[in-house]
Amino acid sequence: MSAPLAAPPAAWVDTEPGPVTLLRTALSRIATMCLVELQKLRHDRTELVTRAVQPALWLIIFGQVFTNIHAIPTGNTPYLDFLAPGILAQSALFIAIFYGIQIIWERDAGVLAKLLVTPTPRVALVAAKAFAAGVRAVAQAVVVLLLSVVLGVSFTANPLKLLGVIVALMLGSAFFCCLSITIAGLVLSRDRLMGIGQAITMPLFFASNALYPVALMPTWLQWVNHINPLSYEVEALRGLLIGTPARMGLCFGVLVVAAAAMITIASSLLPRLTR
Amino acid sequence: MTSPFDSSAPPAVRCTGLRQAFGDTVAVDGLDLEVRRGEVFGLLGPNGAGKTTTIRSITTLLPAPPGTVTVLGRDVARQKTQVRRLIGYVPQQLSADGTLTGRENVMLFARLFDLPRRSRKEQVESVLEAMDLVEAADRPVKTYSGGMVRRLELAQALVSAPQLLVLDEPTVGLDPVARDGVWDRIARTRAETGMTVLVTTHAMQEADEHCERIALMHRGRVRALGTPEELKGAIGPDTTLDDVFRHHTGDTLDSDKGGIRDVRAARRTAGRLG
Ligand SMILES: Nc1ncnc2c1ncn2[C@@H]1O[C@H](COP(=O)(O)OP(=O)(O)OP(=O)(O)O)[C@@H](O)[C@H]1O
Ligand SMILES: [Mg+2]
Repeated sequence: MSAPLAAPPAAWVDTEPGPVTLLRTALSRIATMCLVELQKLRHDRTELVTRAVQPALWLIIFGQVFTNIHAIPTGNTPYLDFLAPGILAQSALFIAIFYGIQIIWERDAGVLAKLLVTPTPRVALVAAKAFAAGVRAVAQAVVVLLLSVVLGVSFTANPLKLLGVIVALMLGSAFFCCLSITIAGLVLSRDRLMGIGQAITMPLFFASNALYPVALMPTWLQWVNHINPLSYEVEALRGLLIGTPARMGLCFGVLVVAAAAMITIASSLLPRLTR
Repeated sequence: MTSPFDSSAPPAVRCTGLRQAFGDTVAVDGLDLEVRRGEVFGLLGPNGAGKTTTIRSITTLLPAPPGTVTVLGRDVARQKTQVRRLIGYVPQQLSADGTLTGRENVMLFARLFDLPRRSRKEQVESVLEAMDLVEAADRPVKTYSGGMVRRLELAQALVSAPQLLVLDEPTVGLDPVARDGVWDRIARTRAETGMTVLVTTHAMQEADEHCERIALMHRGRVRALGTPEELKGAIGPDTTLDDVFRHHTGDTLDSDKGGIRDVRAARRTAGRLG
């Protein structure tokens, strides 16, 4: 070797880290892992576009047809305007649910074990995945929003509100990404995870206000809707983008608490994957 | 820090009555093992002997009761973070991130071990150079050959200057030239740093050539322990390690115990990387 390797400062190996050190390490690790996720996205840019095909089809076909037949009453709001924020949330959901499968692949490939043997808190690994899911969701949202504008939907141009859209998408993605990692940590196999993933994403989507107003739902579905974080995400997105009435405080409150809780649960289940 | 030659210093690894079971399968069954500081120690045994399970207990991946496993004097159950700082680990599967470049893969580990910003870049270049990967460093790892991925994994494990390098079948699936390449670099780094190397393998020839001491594992226990010469000498004149292996494990070279999971995982990785 050209130069001898310098060992990291020796003091670090002589004590178990205290809470302050732990927090600082966690934050620095989250930054590191987020950077890696961004590097992966950069190497893999075509995927961002191909993944936008499905939401585009929903908007163009479902949106146009239901606008024309006036089947879903959305008051003064044109149906396509009503639908677009719902499709944003849907595409974010579909991306995020994929992360559980990715973590199982990383487990099978030995990548996860290697990361778990570094001095890195589990929560940092999970939070970085949550962040990456959010970044993908936002990138895809840009494509979907541009397409909606072409289709004649009019959105807010207020930068603060657009910032709110990004935050809502990141929080929603974090929740569903960690939900998926949690299920991965429980079922431990790719096949079972794919089955369960499919079994829950569609119901989550249909038991939300993404496609139709809550008032149209049967009572039991309204109950599901109340505990479905996707609905709060859609309500916030819709309020911010097209100005429909929304309980912003409640929506963001639910999203923050749900995301934080899910990150915690997923981190505690992560080591199960390599046992 | 204690010198590696100080006889009162705790050993690099000590397992005392380690037991690991998965449901009804007892993978490790009361294992006693001591790896001295600075040596190259080989853990040998047939498929399913419990080598990987032992390695995963030492590297903090599997929970072990307090007092059963220590790494350089630190209890793996109680001082996980400290133990992790001291270890460089290369798992059985070929496991680098295929979408990242080689340099990005190594830089990630430099960051995860808190190498100071100033020396980080230098250190990454230095290990890439030592593993002969400078030219390929900016290519995505999915374009690497198996031997290159293994050398990259060594670079990842070595960038933090570990005191204990743990390798689970480092040369499996590599051609003879790539094997020599891997062993060469392990030997060179060890000569420079004095680190301890713990390695598992099926390849008796390699163990004979490169390990100073060997433990032969079978059904979760150590069946024989010593230098390759001692082990061969105990069986009789003109024996090879293959004979030693057969002597201690019966005819279980094709054990029906386990192995399938790892083989499957290795194949999947190969597909993804290839
Ligand atoms: N996570 C697990 N769940 C269930 N059984 C397991 C698990 N890990 C290992 N085993 C079983 O424990 C036993 C020991 O496995 P281990 O992987 O430690 O063997 P090994 O010596 O590394 O074998 P190989 O040479 O094939 O890699 C085997 O019977 C294996 O099937
Ligand atoms: Mg093994």
